[in-house]
Amino acid sequence: MDVFSSVRPLLAILVSLMAAALILVTGKRPNLREAWTILAAVAKFLIVLSMAPSVLSGRLLECTILTLSPGISLKLRVDAFGLYFGLLASGLWIATSFYSIGYMRGLKEHSQTRYFFCFALALSSTIGVAFAANLLTLFLFYEILTISTYPLVAHKETPEALAAGRKYLVYLLTAAVFILFCIAYTHQLGGGLDFVGGGFLAGKGSPEVLRLLFVIFILAFGTKAAFLPIHEWLPTAMIAPTPVSALLHAVAVVKAGVFSCLRVIHYVFGPTLLSDLNLWLMLCYFVSFTIVVGSLFAMVQDNLKRRLAFSTISQLSYVVLGAALLTPMALIGSILHMAFHGFMKITLFFCAGAIFVKTGKENISEMNGIGRRMPLTMGAFAVGAIGMAGIPPVCGFLSKWYLCLGSLQAREMVFVLILLISSLLNVAYFFPIVYNAFFRKAREEEPLQREEASWWMVAPILICALMSVLFGLNPDAFIRFHQIASLAAANIRGLF
Amino acid sequence: MNTMQPQAVILIVLIPLMSSYAIPLLGWRWKGSAYFIALIAIGASSVCSLLLLWTVLKQGTIHYHLGGWLPPWGIEYVIDPLNGFMGVVVCGISFLVTLSSKESVEKELPEKKVRFYAIYLLLFTGLMGIVVTGDVFNLYVFLEIASLTAYALIAIGEDGAPLASFNYIIMGTIGACFYLLGVGYLYIVTGSLNIADLAKLLPPLYHSKVVLIALAFFLIGTAIKMGLFPLHVWLPDAYTYAPSAVSSFIAPLMTKVMAYILIRVMFTVFQPSYSIEVIPLTVILSWVAAVAIIVGSIMALAQRDLKRMLAYSSVSQIGYIVLGVGLANKMGLLGAYLHILNHAFMKGCLFLVAGALMYRTGMRNIFQLGMIHRKMPFTMGALVIGALSMIGIPPTAGFFSKWYLILGSIEAQNWVFVAVILASSLLNALYFFRVIENAYFEVSRGHPEGEALIEPNREEVPLSMLIPILVLAAGILLLGLFNERIISGILIFALPPGF
Amino acid sequence: MVDYLISKYNYWVYIFLMMLGFYAMMGKRNLVKKLIGMNIFQTAIILYYISIGVKKGGTLPIFMETAPRAADYINPLPHVLMLTAIVVAVSTTGVALAVLLMIYRRYKTLEENEILKSIR
Repeated sequence: MDVFSSVRPLLAILVSLMAAALILVTGKRPNLREAWTILAAVAKFLIVLSMAPSVLSGRLLECTILTLSPGISLKLRVDAFGLYFGLLASGLWIATSFYSIGYMRGLKEHSQTRYFFCFALALSSTIGVAFAANLLTLFLFYEILTISTYPLVAHKETPEALAAGRKYLVYLLTAAVFILFCIAYTHQLGGGLDFVGGGFLAGKGSPEVLRLLFVIFILAFGTKAAFLPIHEWLPTAMIAPTPVSALLHAVAVVKAGVFSCLRVIHYVFGPTLLSDLNLWLMLCYFVSFTIVVGSLFAMVQDNLKRRLAFSTISQLSYVVLGAALLTPMALIGSILHMAFHGFMKITLFFCAGAIFVKTGKENISEMNGIGRRMPLTMGAFAVGAIGMAGIPPVCGFLSKWYLCLGSLQAREMVFVLILLISSLLNVAYFFPIVYNAFFRKAREEEPLQREEASWWMVAPILICALMSVLFGLNPDAFIRFHQIASLAAANIRGLF
Repeated sequence: MNTMQPQAVILIVLIPLMSSYAIPLLGWRWKGSAYFIALIAIGASSVCSLLLLWTVLKQGTIHYHLGGWLPPWGIEYVIDPLNGFMGVVVCGISFLVTLSSKESVEKELPEKKVRFYAIYLLLFTGLMGIVVTGDVFNLYVFLEIASLTAYALIAIGEDGAPLASFNYIIMGTIGACFYLLGVGYLYIVTGSLNIADLAKLLPPLYHSKVVLIALAFFLIGTAIKMGLFPLHVWLPDAYTYAPSAVSSFIAPLMTKVMAYILIRVMFTVFQPSYSIEVIPLTVILSWVAAVAIIVGSIMALAQRDLKRMLAYSSVSQIGYIVLGVGLANKMGLLGAYLHILNHAFMKGCLFLVAGALMYRTGMRNIFQLGMIHRKMPFTMGALVIGALSMIGIPPTAGFFSKWYLILGSIEAQNWVFVAVILASSLLNALYFFRVIENAYFEVSRGHPEGEALIEPNREEVPLSMLIPILVLAAGILLLGLFNERIISGILIFALPPGF
Repeated sequence: MVDYLISKYNYWVYIFLMMLGFYAMMGKRNLVKKLIGMNIFQTAIILYYISIGVKKGGTLPIFMETAPRAADYINPLPHVLMLTAIVVAVSTTGVALAVLLMIYRRYKTLEENEILKSIR
């Protein structure tokens, strides 16, 4: 592993910070303001992409910004895993930016400057989380992410929105406090906080202490990853505008939580330590609970966004399951699922938003026959739903395949069963939506002609749906997700 | 330069002292000059303090003998890294707060301007004197100068200010007199009033009850003046009813200087080992501090008045500093020192924001803030940064002092303190986000889709008030990011030997 | 025991006076009485300091040609310190009286509970 010093990781973060400042300043001129967002998104993606060749050839790009505390610096390091998350986040931001413009203008929303400002800030911190080289840097950007997404959640400013914002903060700040304790204790135990593929805590403390530390770490980071039973903030946060929900679910907050869990599992504790402590199986069962029960909750939701929220809760636990199985196949599957789920979920959320902008409807029971009015949108929705259920050729199948292979590698049949059950439940809660949209008649007073949402919104929907299918056929298309994921898995020492 | 440098030690006190006499003289004829004289004097002291800190870090402790009398017979001013650091903090914050005081003094007490600045400058003199002196009785003199002027300044405010000031007089005098008693007890057994001399003479006497009682008197006296729970009762009223310029000055500084006195007494006059091994003082202090942190935060939750909320928050923050002192390990003490700096910036910024609100809207009720961020976006932006720092969100400064305190508590294997520090972060979040909510969102109505808003006119405070607020807010961010430079460049040297 | 009490009588006096002043400050409701208590408190401390400088057979610390050695003077340093302390006490009393004057003009009374009632 050669380590090269490069300013590009820092540049990737700074691009959207500068854009955020510019957005604040040009708030009175919407077109210019939106231009900053799009420019920053594209620039960020290109910067991250430019680092891909180096990382794929085995180098690490590092950037030490300053020392934060004796012995710990604010350091960015782009390894395969970080690059992966960075590509995912910046790529999807481009799509979300275009979509946001269509959504906000379609609804003539208020406080758009604040919205775009917080968006840019949130994406800066997401990339910071992706590229963090040690726990303290991760925590720093993690916290900025929480704070910058709060105004987005409470955007509507209605009493419900503010209450949702408060709940959001309570959950996430409480979790942050526990994370801080864990980080401080890790520092006390180990001295350094830098991530090491394969973990660095082995032998640093007694088994009981390490077990307790792991449990608190996972629960605390898991709050942002929305495990059951600490998931409640996520469905409540659905009161935010849909691009925000898309961001929260597909790109930034929840994925950052899962990303951090994986960092803790593989880069702080490591497979060898976890199998010595016999913690991995417990973790697998814990997330399996979330997988199944999350899907069950999803089935009873009538509000489309809430159903999608519970679906996310369930799907993201796939990622942690894959990581916890501690086998190479499972890890590749879980990392792949991060991106593939991202694309599929964002398609689904974009569709929900488009429906809301055009018809004002939020509940599934009102959406009969909407496929005739908005065939492109619902077509994309169907693609996303197929992928979620794990049916080829949409990409969801590939990641599930790897996960099943991985659990076989770990010689635990029960998780294959869990994955199958979850697929069936996915079908159970997604297909009725598609069926109702296309094959049920709408009520009489509704218009019948085709009336899609504006192209600002429909284009991202179609592109993301297309990418989902493309990734299913060739997981290395465009962004080489599969290659990067395999490299990341190969970097972890000690997998079974 | 060589002859100037030692003189900076006395100039740092002399310039404001002389200027405070000049203000009534010149102000009798030119009323507007009072502000400028005060500003220039404090500015000169700031330059001196920076010079002194730089010299101390390069050359080691500076000794200055007043009147040429050698210690321990004469009064000596000693600047070591801790002193130098405190001096820069006090001068810097004073300068910024004084800069912003012009408009608020004009608005709140226009006819008392000249007298105000004269007493204000004397308060600054007192605080600086406490910081630079190396003689315990001289410290008492400056302590009283600072206290008396503070009493007078607080009493000028509106509503219940005179009564609040009187209560402060009563309690503060008890505190100062206890300090004096402590000095007396030490004098009986050692015959010396010089801090360095006492440090040499006291160790053989550690078994004696007199020395123990002396430390107890010092402790109670400074605890009263610091506002350490449960002796904090004067603090909320005094901070709330004082005029804006006064509370912005006193809140960040006075309690910190009193904490500095505690640190001096515990770690320079008495060896640290006395407070750790001979008597379990650090244990007691840290538990009292832990209670102070929690009680202060809980009381702050219950307030509707912004300044009162900030006052109780200060009670809680003093708890952090004393907790750091009480932990008595390297990380804890570094956290305490860093928190002195950070809290001065945070509270300075927040109280200036409260002053700005008072200036523009004339009220302080949290629940009536009503979307004030449209009228005063920069001020509210600074409020957000200050609030985030108080809660402890990286990369603001407040996070790092909490980080060191947590590391210190873990090192001391005391999980209750860790829990207290973390819980207080959450409590801080509760009451600060309530303010942010009210300032940024219209809590009653909300904006369902499609409703455009008419932007009310931007009505920020004047530049002389806005610039200090923004400088302090930027400082909070910079102090957080560069805290390691401060730690390794200055604060490491300020630790007592043996840490 | 009695010998112990009598030989340290200065401490007993100062403690008694200090507690008296303390009680007045805390226990009395009238603000002027509190102020008087504060004065007694401070005076007690002044007396204490002066008393510790006394030497058996010593004389006033005024330089005289006829006085033989320095050891015959009682310790002048506490006197010097207490001059400062007296000035401080007087200034504090002055400030407190000014504040009391403000209070009286505003609330027309100097009883603490009545003032608190009129503020609420």
